[in-house]
Amino acid sequence: MRTGLAGWLFAAPALLIISVFFFLPVLAALAVSLTDFDLYALADLHNLRFVGLENYAHLLHSREFWNALANTSCFVVAGVPLSLAASLFAALLVNSRLTRLPALFRTAFFAPVVATLVAVALVWRYLLHTRYGLINWALAGIGVHPIDWLGSPHWAMPAIILFAVWKNFGYNMIIFVAALQSIPADLYEAARLDGAGVWQEFTRVTLPMLRPTLLLVTILTVAGYFQLFAEPYVMTEGGPLQSTMSVLYLMYDEGFKWWNLGSASAIAFLLFLMVLGITLLEVRLVGRRDER
Amino acid sequence: MSARAARILIHGALILLAALSLLPLLWMVAVSLMPGGEASTFPPPFLPRHPTVANYHLLFARQGVGRYLANSLWLASLTTLFSLMFNSLAGFAFAKLRFAGREALFRTLLAALVIPSQVAMLPLFLMMKWLGFVNSYAGVVLPAAASIFGVFLVRQYALSIPDELLEAARIDGAGEARIFLRIVLPVLRPILVTLAVLTFLGSWNDFMWPLIVLTDQSMYTLPVALASLSREHVQDNELKMAGAVLTVLPVLALFLALQRYYLRGILMGSVKG
Repeated sequence: MRTGLAGWLFAAPALLIISVFFFLPVLAALAVSLTDFDLYALADLHNLRFVGLENYAHLLHSREFWNALANTSCFVVAGVPLSLAASLFAALLVNSRLTRLPALFRTAFFAPVVATLVAVALVWRYLLHTRYGLINWALAGIGVHPIDWLGSPHWAMPAIILFAVWKNFGYNMIIFVAALQSIPADLYEAARLDGAGVWQEFTRVTLPMLRPTLLLVTILTVAGYFQLFAEPYVMTEGGPLQSTMSVLYLMYDEGFKWWNLGSASAIAFLLFLMVLGITLLEVRLVGRRDER
Repeated sequence: MSARAARILIHGALILLAALSLLPLLWMVAVSLMPGGEASTFPPPFLPRHPTVANYHLLFARQGVGRYLANSLWLASLTTLFSLMFNSLAGFAFAKLRFAGREALFRTLLAALVIPSQVAMLPLFLMMKWLGFVNSYAGVVLPAAASIFGVFLVRQYALSIPDELLEAARIDGAGEARIFLRIVLPVLRPILVTLAVLTFLGSWNDFMWPLIVLTDQSMYTLPVALASLSREHVQDNELKMAGAVLTVLPVLALFLALQRYYLRGILMGSVKG
């Protein structure tokens, strides 16, 4: 069969690259996570020892890991609902019949998404500056004392969450706008004939029709927010007092600062398992509610 | 509520949101044009009193930003080129060419989309070290030369190519390579533009992997150099903002020029679940 050979030949380069530079390292990460791979093994592989699940056991007993997990969870639990609410709000505004120049506003809301994260994180670090930052200046206008946003363990994570919401809400807005546009107009007409107000239209028509999109967007955003790294790396270096240390940042430090590659691989795998577990949970929870 | 009041309310909210979205970016540009120290005053100035390009001059003359800019451009272009080549070939094959194991392979690829790329990074670094690719362009480009998402994107689009078109060409005696170049590639053009924009922006904005694999300063990309600059020059806000402008401006311009293609990529990507 002629197309059979051609098919393989066409697919082979991409499959080869994906296998060698993605699948193979993922499997290797699993293997490395079961060893004590460190600086000595990096110099000479004879120093490598198989340690079974020791890395995992060690992590589950370490305060740094639980702290990083708690910080990351805080970022996800607060950041995802805020992001989604902002995205949906912006999408409703852009999609409204009354809105003039929707494309212009859509582009404006999307600009932070394409802007390089490291660069805008620097801008925000400056906006959040205790003495010279615009944010404290604006807050002073309504009588709030200057907040040491990035220098206080209480405020650093909220500041990073605020930044992430600003950076990302435009992305999901695009998806929501497309979903809103696919809701049949006669549903709204029927609701209006039944005397529904704006709020009732939203809760009775819009939200139920958006459910599949909401699930999808939630899954993607949760998975993305679990990968928190560059924001704290640029804005706080994980501090103050480790209050913005994320799981991925811990993996980076453990792997590329201390060269404990075994332990770092175990962190990577735990992160993966958590994201996978939560995704499956989300799908099941929503699926079950649909059956009722 | 009257329609007029609703219209005012909606536009008020839209303008407020747009201001919140754009102000940080506009302020970044304003501060980058201030002489050193001017931005460190209270209340924070909105506009430079005496606009100057001194910071940009300093960045190029003293900080070697020209080199980072060239690195970023070169790496993003090269990655885009490879990604277009390999993903379009494979995407077309998965859509239109029957071969043994195709469906099972495609399902495996889709399932693997849930694996965060960071899981692969540690062994990938070791692999690059053994291959001698640490601190080289190859170390950045190779892992991104093909991607599951890219293959998927092209495949979804290629599914709409009518089989009759390909059959007719085969009956005329055209080989598969010729069919791909002459018939398939022109049809795929829109999705290839989408893929190119997504890949270029993704590569330009990427931070974690270049940070890991590029160890020598002369190899840094703009984001990596910017992060390092901000750690060394903690106080020079105007200089940092100029660096941020140089990093953001090219991608923002590219996005504005090819917005339609970029947004389609997001919408196609969001139905991958």
